Parts: sequence; structure tokens; C-alpha cells
Amino acid sequence: MTTKTVSLKIDGHDISVQEGTSILEAAIENGIDIPHLCFLEGLTKTGACRLCLVELKGQAKLFASCSTPVSDGMEVITDSVKLKEYRKKTIQLLLSERTHVCSVCVANKNCELQALADKLGVDHVAYEREWTGEKVDSSHPFLVIDRNRCILCTRCVRVCDEVEGVHALDLKLRGKDSQIIVDFDDSWANSTSCTSCRKCAKVCPVGAIYVEGEPLSQTKDRNIANFVLSRRKK
Amino acid sequence: MPSNSKPKLATLWLSGCSGCHMSLLDNDEALLDLAKNIQLVYGPLVDTKAFPENVDITLIEGAVANYEQAAFLKEVRKHSKILIALGDCAVTGNVPALRNTIKDSANAVLQRAFVENSDKQPLIPTDVPKLLRKVYPLHEVVKVDHYIPGCPPPAGNIAYVLTELLAGKIPIMENKSKYG
Amino acid sequence: MSSKRLNFCWGVKKLKPADIIHLAETELDAHRSYKYRINVCCSSGCIPFGALKVLKAFEEAVKEFGVQKECKVARTGCIGTCSVGPAVMVEPGDYLYQSVTPEKARQIVRDHVVLGLPVKEMLYGNKAYFEKQHRLVMKNAGKIDPYRIEDYIAAGGYSALVKCLLRMSPKEVIDEVWLSGLRGRGGAGFKTGQKWTFVARAHRSPKYIVANLDEGDPGVFANRTLAEADPHAIIEGMLIAAYATEANKGYIYIRAEYPLAVETLKKALDRARAMNLVGQNILETNFSFDIELRLGAGAFVAGEETAILASVEGNRANPRPRPPYPAASGLWKSPTLIDNVETLANIPQIISHGGLWFSKIGSPTCTGTKCFSLTGKVKNPGLIEIPMGITLREVIFDIGGGPPDNKKFKAVLVGGPSGGCLPETMLDLPIDYESLTKAGAIMGSGGIVVIDEDSCMVDTAKFFIDFCVDESCGKCTPCRVGLHKIQETYTRIMDGEGKPEDLDFLRSISSYIQDASLCGLGQTAPNPVLTTLRYFGKEYNEHIVDKKCVAGKCSFKHQVKEDEL
Ligand SMILES: Cc1cc2nc3c(=O)[nH]c(=O)nc-3n(C[C@H](O)[C@H](O)[C@H](O)COP(=O)(O)O)c2cc1C
Ligand code: SF4
Ligand code: SF4
Ligand code: FES
Repeated sequence: MTTKTVSLKIDGHDISVQEGTSILEAAIENGIDIPHLCFLEGLTKTGACRLCLVELKGQAKLFASCSTPVSDGMEVITDSVKLKEYRKKTIQLLLSERTHVCSVCVANKNCELQALADKLGVDHVAYEREWTGEKVDSSHPFLVIDRNRCILCTRCVRVCDEVEGVHALDLKLRGKDSQIIVDFDDSWANSTSCTSCRKCAKVCPVGAIYVEGEPLSQTKDRNIANFVLSRRKK
Repeated sequence: MPSNSKPKLATLWLSGCSGCHMSLLDNDEALLDLAKNIQLVYGPLVDTKAFPENVDITLIEGAVANYEQAAFLKEVRKHSKILIALGDCAVTGNVPALRNTIKDSANAVLQRAFVENSDKQPLIPTDVPKLLRKVYPLHEVVKVDHYIPGCPPPAGNIAYVLTELLAGKIPIMENKSKYG
Repeated sequence: MSSKRLNFCWGVKKLKPADIIHLAETELDAHRSYKYRINVCCSSGCIPFGALKVLKAFEEAVKEFGVQKECKVARTGCIGTCSVGPAVMVEPGDYLYQSVTPEKARQIVRDHVVLGLPVKEMLYGNKAYFEKQHRLVMKNAGKIDPYRIEDYIAAGGYSALVKCLLRMSPKEVIDEVWLSGLRGRGGAGFKTGQKWTFVARAHRSPKYIVANLDEGDPGVFANRTLAEADPHAIIEGMLIAAYATEANKGYIYIRAEYPLAVETLKKALDRARAMNLVGQNILETNFSFDIELRLGAGAFVAGEETAILASVEGNRANPRPRPPYPAASGLWKSPTLIDNVETLANIPQIISHGGLWFSKIGSPTCTGTKCFSLTGKVKNPGLIEIPMGITLREVIFDIGGGPPDNKKFKAVLVGGPSGGCLPETMLDLPIDYESLTKAGAIMGSGGIVVIDEDSCMVDTAKFFIDFCVDESCGKCTPCRVGLHKIQETYTRIMDGEGKPEDLDFLRSISSYIQDASLCGLGQTAPNPVLTTLRYFGKEYNEHIVDKKCVAGKCSFKHQVKEDEL
């Protein structure tokens, strides 16, 4: 199969990548950093967090770079004043939505949300925080889910469904009431479908799913989906 | 520089663990340079009773958990030109604010501390300042000019912000700020 | 429906194109044999008023007076005067009776049918209500029995399909739709001809068509009424779309909360299938297309085109990013055409009369008509159909009669929960996609809610934000969390804790949500906030500064915050 290459500009840099690549992937390949959270290499692109928004020259709308494929002659702007402001807003909204107390979180220093907040200079959250008090489910022998830290990126749901092939995790309810559930909203210990493969904990960008007693630096593996899938192709 | 023309610095300790002040002190010999350029007019490190007037920079550690703190903070705001939230408790509420996740938390924490956990005379004392319904970060009570997050904030960040402000510049926290 | 009875009725096993014309003639002859026809509206609007009892009373009265041979009593869909139901129309002469009871039904048969004297005091007197309307999509509504495909065929139904099958190439069909200028009635106003072209050009099969009857906007019932009154127009529109785009399979996505519409469509599909109009080798040609109903659980967001796809596939109705657009990759990754049912119901007439004819109705950039549910504080609420381009004032005051009880008009919300609240000064705005969008509103799927002086605009905006917070799917951050922050701000303002800076906050987070949200729900949800701020800013200031609500709706119950902060 021959694949076409596509030429585009990102922040003025000339870039050529394979057709079908997303703007974000093209940027990553070429060492240009676009903040992102819900995107994880190897998983379906959902365009949910809206952090990776970019501007395209000649278009009024903003586009999620993770899910927008490149096209010839495209001119991408990743760092306008507006985009910077919007990214900060998004991070602040995520931080305010539930209970994020970095100092006592298992993911402290291994958290993608925290890292982005620091990096983007989100030095405070302008919105009132919600301080949710959802019960933590630690019924599973070693997997724990603390929904108060969940940012609903659905990486866990996708990795479980698309890579592990199990679909033990999903969402219930909608809007701000959305929650990650195990099986039919059962406690994790009662799950008949979960294979305890830990992939969810490996990909969770924050400290919402983790392995009890294991440092997150050891658990996390952002490359897991890509790795497994590339092995399967061989 | 004659000492009375040097910018006045105050520090304040609300509901926090004093770690932020420790971090400030962690600046070691850099403190000596800082001391040359400011006069420290109020704080846990200074023996002054009333908050002075016309303070140039006030660094505040800790969240706002009771009425007394809230009232005091408002007073402090009136007398401070620049007010800085120092550390995660002041910036986000942090650990003190964890009580916000439970119902009727003001009563619940008192109950836990003075009744459930006491082996002698379980009784909620009447002389503790009345707790607020919720614990607040500073900026939900007064206007805050700058934020130095971190638990504790890195000593270098405190020094950076103070140096920039003393030089009349606006500190930029991008790639510098640090939660947790 | 047994095909035996069909054979018996029409003497054919499988209908062929010519049979449609034959059937229409036979049916018309049958209609002509009656001197009178009494149409009793039995749609969801009139049934709660007792329409079914009235229908029975008419049937009995006709028997009682022995006029069965001269007078046909028909169960029909919406006649349009939903506020004064049950509505009954007596033909010839289109005598419209309002608020008919079983007793009155007997009187109508006795006086009007037997004696030939219309019962004047029971007639619907408001001529203006219909004068400015233009019934195109709803032309059969209230005239035909939606359960009888024969009625539809007699009214010219399925002749457009026959015309396509016999005399037009798919391309010619699309050209005709292009020429008509028809734009999607689901809200966005995308050119239908363009969308069809995209799907037709996708050279992959299978191809799907989804007819969108989710209609999740609160208080909007235009699509439901259409399905209850004239289901075959939707089906025929879908068939023609399928022929034009070479699609193989169709779904009508309808919310389960519309039981009567579901039943009507189900029966209509069964009849059409039995008569060889839906399914394999339609009318003995090599065109095949089957249609299935898919019931939705009634989420507002499920009407969004990518969410509807997820739902039809059996997944959670979450929108997904576009591109890829459904025309390229839709249901099960196949090219899919998604059209609103009202859009589709326009198609048969465009084919029958030509695109040029259609393009002359309405305004030049916005051709045709649009159905609206006119509700709120107007004297004559109901389902209306107007030519595009007439003004809001004409709709609200001429058709709707303005607010009742001598109240003053205050605002009109156009476009459902994510529409805009427009003031008196904007009433001369023509109703078309561009003008509405420019004013901060949207066409939406057809809701016009009139608000009078008794309403508080802050409270009104909050009402719609509450709706969108509840209906947000929760997938993307701006809509899920951002709208909630707006909601909290409103609660504070209405509790008397508003701060002057809240207004800037509302503006800035609103534009962020509009720009950054994944789907149309989030992108439009702040409209009521922005338009009320723009046109009724004074009321916000009164709430925040003076703690005063002119309409007396807001409680200001926490004048001082509990914490005294
Ligand atoms: C939140 C949301 C709800 C929608 N609800 C409906 C609906 O109930 N009915 C509908 O036809 N279109 C609805 N739409 C518009 C559809 O996404 C789509 O544009 C339309 O069905 C396309 O058909 P058309 O071109 O015939 O208008 C909705 C869009 C959004 C963003
Ligand atoms: S648990 Fe983690 S991976 Fe799953 S949705 Fe929440 S934040 Fe994302
Ligand atoms: S805008 Fe709202 S409804 Fe649309 S995808 Fe985002 S959260 Fe879901
Ligand atoms: S990374 Fe693109 S939307 Fe989340």
C-alpha cells in the first residue's frame, strides 16, 4: 500500500506527514507540542477534553487537533493568545469540577493534569471548586477507582474496550453527573468481565484509577495501547 | 537605603501547616539579599501584634477556615498593596478544604476532633473561632494579586516572585508554577 | 396487513407504478361519492381534549341520522389550532369547528350535514391565524387519515416516487433538490442538495439514511405533529432520497416519548411495505430500500447528527468530532445521509412540482416554509407553518394574536433552549437562517416561545441553561463544566449574591463554550445568556446592584451569604 504524503504548516514550520495523520500526531512527530489530555496514541480519538484545539488559517472555527486529519496546504496555528486563554480555562474547569488535591494524591508528580496546569501557568482556579465526595471503590484486590479525581477522558473505557477487548468499564448518566462504572455499575470486586489487566490504571492521566500499593511512576505506561496494537498488526 | 523607605513585606499564616513559611526560609542566603531590600513588618517571624498600614507586599499561607480568619484577611487586604497567595492551601484550599467534601463539615470536624477522638471529657470547646461552612482559598474571599502554588511552593519560586515584584515587574508563572 | 386483502382490493399481487395512479383515481372516486367529509383531529394535541370521544360521537351521529352514505367521518392529524381542541374540519368549504364535544358533534351532524346549516357559533373565528400561514409540508395534515395510505395516495402521494423511478435519474433528482434551494430544517440550514451530493458521490455501499425525529427541544412538537398527520410524506421523502443517493437502508430515529407518532409511523411503514412501496424491488423496479424505526430514549443531544448515529448503532448517544462527516463515514462507518423529517417531507412536492416552483416560495436565500410550534404567552398557540422570510412580528401578533390579557410583549425565544431571546426592537427581523443567527438566535428545529412582561429575563435564561446542563452529554469539558459554572452564577445572581463582575464572567465563559465545545449543543447553549445580556442587560444590573426583579420572580433569598463573605 502506498500512502500519500501531505504537506502543511504548523506555526510556520513546513511539515510533511502521511495522509490520514491527525494534526496532533503530525505535531508530535515533528517535536511541536500541543497540550492534550484525552488523546492517547493507539486509542480512538474522541475529541473530548478540547485542550488540543488549534486554529486553521482561513477558518473561523477551532478544531481539535487530535481528531482533525491533516490536509494539503493546511496552515495550523497552535499558540495564539485566544488558544492559550482557552487552554487555561479548560484546565481550570477540569480542576474545579471535582476534588483535586495534588498534595495528597497518589498521582502527585505523575499526573498529566497537574503537569499541564504547571506548564500552562494555571497558577490558580478562577472558578469555585465543587469538592465532590464520591465514595472510593477499593473493593478490587488491587485496582482502585477514585471518581473524585476523574476528568472523564474515557481513556480507561477505550483501552479496556479497544485493546483489552473486554469493555468492563463504561459511563453512566450524562453531563456533569457522568461517572465511570464497572460492569453494570457494580463494585469492582463483583465485576465478572474485568480481567485485572491494569491497562486502565496504566493510561489514566490522573490519579483516578491506580494500583494499590504501587507507585504510579511504575504503573503508568502511556505507550501501552500503541505497543499492544502494533504487536497485533505484526 | 534607609530602612523606612524600603518596601514593607508582611507574611501571614492562616489554615496551613507552616510549610510555606519553611519554604520561604529555605531560600537560605538569598534571604540576606532579600532582607537588604525590604523591611519585614509583620508575620509569624516578627513580634508585632497589629497588622501595620501601607504594606507593600503581603504573603499569605493557608486557607480561610473560620470567621476570624475571614475578617482578618479582609483587614489585611485593605492595608496591602500587593497580596500574594502562598502555597496550595491559600491557592486552592488544599488539605484544610478536604472537609468541604463532607456534609455539614464545620460541625462534623469539630465532632470528630473533640468528641469522637477524645478519651477524656468529650466536649466541643466554645473558645475556638467559629468555623465557616466551607474552607475557602484566599481569592474566594478577597482579591488576590499573585499566586505561588505548591505544597510547599519551591523556595526558588517565592524568591522569583518577590524579586520580580520588587523590581517592578510582573512574575510569569508559565512553566514555573507547581501544584502539590 | 395481509396481502390477500390487497389482492382482493386492487386485484394486483405487487403494485407497479401505474397502479399508484389507478389507486389514486379509485380512491378519489370513493371520496367524491361523499357529499361531506368530517375530519376529526386525533393528534397528540387534541386527544387530551377528548378527540377520540368526539370521533366516536361523530360516527354514531352519522349512523343515527342515517347519513353514512353521504358523510365520511375521518380520523386525521393536526388541523393547526391546538389550543382550542378538539378541532374538527368539515369539507367542502373547510368549516373549522373548535372545542368540539360529543354533544356538539351530534349537533354538527344534524345541522351542518343533514340540514346544510353550518353551526356558526362553534366555528373557529380567527381568520388571521391562517391568513399568513402557508401550508406546504402540512398540506395533508388534518385532511387525510394518516392510517390510510390510500388517503395519502389520493392526495397525490407516492406519485413523486413514481416519477423518480420512471422518469428521473438519481442525478436529476438531486439537481431538482439543488434548484429548490431547500435547506435542512433540523436547525443548521445546510443545503439539502449539497448534502445529498456528498452522499451520492461516496462510492461505497451500503449507504444509509437516517431521518431525524428526535425533536428534543422542550415545547417543540412540529416534527411529532407531522409524523402523526402525514407519515407517508416522510417515508416518500426518504425513498426519494434513497433513490437519489443510492442508499440501501433507512432508519427513522424517533423518541419513544412520542407513542402516537411511533404507532402512526409503524402502521404507515407496514402498509407501505405490504403495498410494495418499501422493501425489495419497490414497485417492481430494481430499486430496493427498507426502512426501520429506531426508538430513542429522548435525550436532547441524541438529535445531534453524530450522536444519532451512535444511538442507532446501539451505543450511548454521544456526539463525536467531525470530520469525518456522516456523509463520508456514518452508520457503521458507511456513508450516511441524515436529514430532518420536515426536510424530507418537502421532497415529494419538490419532485412533483419542480425545484423552480419551490424556490419561489419563501425568501430568496431561504426558500420554502417552516413549521413552528408557537407557544408561550400568545392568544393563539399552535402548530403553524409560515413561508420563510416573514417577520417575527407577523408571527407573534398576526398569527399568534400577541400576549393575552393585555399584557405587554417582552421577548421572544427563537430556536429552542439554545436559541436567542429577542426584544421588541428585533421583531421586524425576517425569519431566515442568516437573520436569526446574526441577531444571536438560531432557527433550531422550530420553537417560538413568546415571553410577556410577567417573566424575568434572568430567570428565563437560567431556565434554558438548566435544561442544557441537564442535557449535556458530558463528553467535552467546556459544555459539561462550563455550563454548570454559568448555572451556578445565575443561582447566585437570583439569590441576591450577584457581583458586577459576574456579567463579564458570563460573557467570557459563554464565548469560550461556544468556540470550544465539541458539538452543536455546547456551541449554541450560551445563546440565551448572551442575547439576554445583550438585549436585557438592564435587568441583570437591577438584579445585581439593586437586588430587584421587575417581574418579581427572583427571591433573593440569601441577601447576605451564609458565611458573610
Ligand atoms: C444538540 C442538538 C440537537 C439536535 N436535535 C435535532 C433534532 O431534534 N431534530 C433534527 O432534525 N435535528 C436536530 N439537530 C440537528 C442535526 O444535528 C442535523 O443537523 C440535522 O438532523 C440534519 O438534517 P437537516 O439537514 O435536514 O436539517 C440537533 C443538533 C444539535 C447540535
Ligand atoms: S478514570 Fe482516569 S482514564 Fe478513566 S475517564 Fe477518569 S480520568 Fe480518564
Ligand atoms: S458540547 Fe455538550 S453535548 Fe456536545 S459533546 Fe460536548 S458535552 Fe456533549
Ligand atoms: S486531546 Fe484533543 S480533545 Fe482531548
